[in-house]
Amino acid sequence: MSQATGIKEIIKPENLVYKKTKVMTGKVLSYCPGCGHGTTHRILAEVIDEEGLQSETIGVSPVGCSVLLYEFLDIDWQEAAHGRAPALATAIKRLLPEKFVFTYQGDGDLAAIGTAETIHACNRGENIMIIFINNGIYGMTGGQMAPTTLPGMKSSTSPYGRDVKMMGNPLKMTDIVATLPGTYYVTRQSVHTPANVKKAKKAIRKAVQYQKLNRGTCFIEIVSNCPSGWKMTPVESNKWMEANMFPYYPLGDLKVPAEENPQKQTNPEKND
Amino acid sequence: MAKIRGSIVVDIERCKGCEVCMVSCPTGTIAMAKEVNHKGYFYAFPANPDLCIGCANCAIVCPDGVITVYKTKI
Ligand SMILES: Cc1ncc(C[n+]2csc(CCOP(=O)(O)OP(=O)(O)O)c2C)c(N)n1
Ligand code: SF4
Ligand code: SF4
Ligand code: SF4
Ligand SMILES: [Mg+2]
Repeated sequence: MSQATGIKEIIKPENLVYKKTKVMTGKVLSYCPGCGHGTTHRILAEVIDEEGLQSETIGVSPVGCSVLLYEFLDIDWQEAAHGRAPALATAIKRLLPEKFVFTYQGDGDLAAIGTAETIHACNRGENIMIIFINNGIYGMTGGQMAPTTLPGMKSSTSPYGRDVKMMGNPLKMTDIVATLPGTYYVTRQSVHTPANVKKAKKAIRKAVQYQKLNRGTCFIEIVSNCPSGWKMTPVESNKWMEANMFPYYPLGDLKVPAEENPQKQTNPEKND
Repeated sequence: MAKIRGSIVVDIERCKGCEVCMVSCPTGTIAMAKEVNHKGYFYAFPANPDLCIGCANCAIVCPDGVITVYKTKI
């Protein structure tokens, strides 16, 4: 069989194994090449689609590079002021408890200006999902230092590297919220390899299902890249992330529901 | 003997040339084009289409979600 006929025979509807979900609107994403925001949007959209929740979901979008998120997922949305997404999501979920409600926030949004909203929503155990994209930087505004910027990491406002004596240590928001009784499921994932994408998608699916149980806040950190802010190619940025971000922000579950796995609640086990 | 054969379709005008798919492909099917799309990106394409096994690694890791995957037994 010639190569050309071979391929024509393969590209047929009955052989389709992967195509973009209908929950993605199809608009061209506003992100830089290789940015993990896009991958995270897509797996979130896939879970919403596969769980049959497209018409039952209300998202709260942040300020940051993902400010236009409401353009990219075809669900109901509310745009929040910078950092306030968990407060808005609280109101939405309390008024419309049957809906699936989530926030999607960067580290500048969630761990800087929105620290109070994050911690208090988690402490109240609001029955929402929070997706936290931690790229260690304010991507949107030009790569300024964030509370999550690594020790020694260069940014536009720490050109010689973050000096922890002067600027403090990176804030591990996910570790903090895992200590609060209000959180039900807390995990840290990434989306830079196929295997990690699959794990992150599984985590999102769990959080979606847990929300039906009304047991508290599900918090998913995605350690992600910012090739533009880090001034690297996308592939380099993913390698740098593995070498530098993961030791400080190790991937795995920080808190799993006690009834699902009694040992893990007190003795969290890393899944990597 | 039946052989698994895959094929990908890249929406080249929406590809941003990030190369994340290329480094995630276990079979070396994907390469970056020597020419650019209308946005100026060196887009990804199946340079060695016969090698594709339809595993969808490239598609699930593509930040812009521009790859569609097909698979069959031949
Ligand atoms: C009240 C207010 N303060 C400051 C800003 C400026 N601002 C816009 S985005 C941003 C930080 C974004 O960083 P992050 O949340 O990490 O998102 P990323 O772009 O990295 O995904 C800041 C400080 C703003 N828009 N509104
Ligand atoms: S600036 Fe960084 S976070 Fe923002 S789209 Fe570009 S790569 Fe992504
Ligand atoms: S489907 Fe798998 S083998 Fe085919 S191009 Fe994509 S990653 Fe490579
Ligand atoms: S991962 Fe997607 S956007 Fe990046 S080069 Fe491959 S096809 Fe293009
Ligand atoms: Mg950020």
